[in-house]
Amino acid sequence: MPSRRRALLVILALCGLALASLLVALAAGSMAVTPGDVLRALTGGEGLAAEVIQGLRLPRAIAAFACGGLLALAGALMQVLLRNPLADPYVLGISGGAAVGALSAMLAGLALALVNLFAFAGAFAAMLLVFGLAHGDSSWTRSRLLLTGVIVASGCGAVVALIMSIAPETQLRGMLFWLMGDASHASNPWPALAVLAAGVAVSLPFARELNLLSRGDTLAQTLGVSVQRVRLGVYFLAATFTSVAVTTAGSIGFIGLVVPHLARLGMLKLGWGNDQRLLLPASALTGGSLLVLADTLARTIVAPLQLPVGALTAILGVPLFLFLLGRQRGSGP
Amino acid sequence: MSSPLLRAAALSVSIGRHAVCRDLDWTVYAGETWAILGRNGSGKSTLLNTLAGLHRQDRGELGIGGHALPAAAAGRNARALARVRGYLAQHQTDPFASTAMETALVGRHPHLGRWDWESPADRDIAVAALAEVDLADCAERDVQTLSGGERQRLAVAQLLAQQPALFLLDEPLTHLDLSHQVAVMDLFARRARDGAAIVAVLHDPGFAARYCSKVLLLFGDGEWLAGPADTAITTSNLTRLYGHPLREIGVDGHRWFVPG
Repeated sequence: MPSRRRALLVILALCGLALASLLVALAAGSMAVTPGDVLRALTGGEGLAAEVIQGLRLPRAIAAFACGGLLALAGALMQVLLRNPLADPYVLGISGGAAVGALSAMLAGLALALVNLFAFAGAFAAMLLVFGLAHGDSSWTRSRLLLTGVIVASGCGAVVALIMSIAPETQLRGMLFWLMGDASHASNPWPALAVLAAGVAVSLPFARELNLLSRGDTLAQTLGVSVQRVRLGVYFLAATFTSVAVTTAGSIGFIGLVVPHLARLGMLKLGWGNDQRLLLPASALTGGSLLVLADTLARTIVAPLQLPVGALTAILGVPLFLFLLGRQRGSGP
Repeated sequence: MSSPLLRAAALSVSIGRHAVCRDLDWTVYAGETWAILGRNGSGKSTLLNTLAGLHRQDRGELGIGGHALPAAAAGRNARALARVRGYLAQHQTDPFASTAMETALVGRHPHLGRWDWESPADRDIAVAALAEVDLADCAERDVQTLSGGERQRLAVAQLLAQQPALFLLDEPLTHLDLSHQVAVMDLFARRARDGAAIVAVLHDPGFAARYCSKVLLLFGDGEWLAGPADTAITTSNLTRLYGHPLREIGVDGHRWFVPG
């Protein structure tokens, strides 16, 4: 367990990482800009470089940061809620619902704003559906919640497959990019960033209670945690974070599952266990930074072609994670 | 006598259709050590869960240190309740890695405010608790690498760090070897001498007779018997309790019971 001071130091270091990743994202691209240009653009300068940075790169980098942070935070919360290290933000069918909403809107040829609205509505509907079904007998056991989520997710997958098979070919590419996750169409990233900041601020006061919850309901209850209430809160927070993230940039995989584990592995290296007081903010910052870097890579690596960042996160993340896991043999994440 | 730590009046508890106890009138005072005995499935754990606020009684009143259950177990009073009574569960599971020290410190939760971090004083309490269960050398070990007996003793240490006045123990001797069984019972007996109250679900009537001043027998059909261990633990009562004849053997002034 880290002391408060050391936890703050780690958070500060990760803030530095986040800033560095954002600067890289602003400077990198088909149009070369100097660090000086970046600084001028951020302080309200004018010119071509400033326009590219203010109008294109900054919104996209902020969107990637917000989505990465939200997904990692939601993943960490889901792992506590389900007491399962394999849980990720999508395990309860929220991304599936969002995909059905977004792809239906695309099929109907609706505008981007409406696609986003439909995605959010779909995510919200899936969240309520899973909650309603799993809560049916008010007992709300973990296995029931997990099973309901998995079933709803696979149902959504079937609907998505159906939509894609009847969609005209001109729309397929857009649908595929949405499904893989793509930050390029994020025009207004600031609401997502605000949700991320609010999410960290709301979760942190309950972090010690989440620590207890991850050790078991009975233990948490007898040590004075209002288990039902906290679990309900965690569920709706995680679902909201996930909905906002997928609405902003589609269902980017991998970040939500792996970043909490990366943070946990790092904490284990420092001799600390699974302490949510550090894990939650660390996951948010790391997830954000990693997605910013991955998105920067996605739009520069084969420029002028742009790759969907979701494909890249998995391609880069899988070997990295397996490598770290292999070195950790014996004590597990 | 001081005010009781636990008071049950006309308490009826059941699980499914099985009656655990009917109209139980029972009082536990500070300094007392109670054993709950009964055969498998008689509802010992269910009764203990009810006392811990994890299971609702059907009827009757239940007060723990001035808190009325089940109302106090949820919401605002849950933390205050957790400073009064501690509960040792039958099983411990650890899906995530954590050190033994961190696990023991979890017991300090009800004593900490929302924004507090564990202070050096809390750490001292946890260190002492680990030492008391013979785990001082394992403080930095990952809980997932502990043996069953070590994990059980760690759960006891966590409970000691919680410093409740009323200890509710569900089979505290699970997984423990004989020397640690004696050590754990000894340390809870010391807590009782220092003014705590112990209520423990036990399987060995010999341990109950040796360590507990009082005993609550659950016969499995809703019938119960509460009284001093000396008079309530008899071969005839135990034979009725377990549905199997038992014989009493005296060794150095202690009574032990073996299947007849």
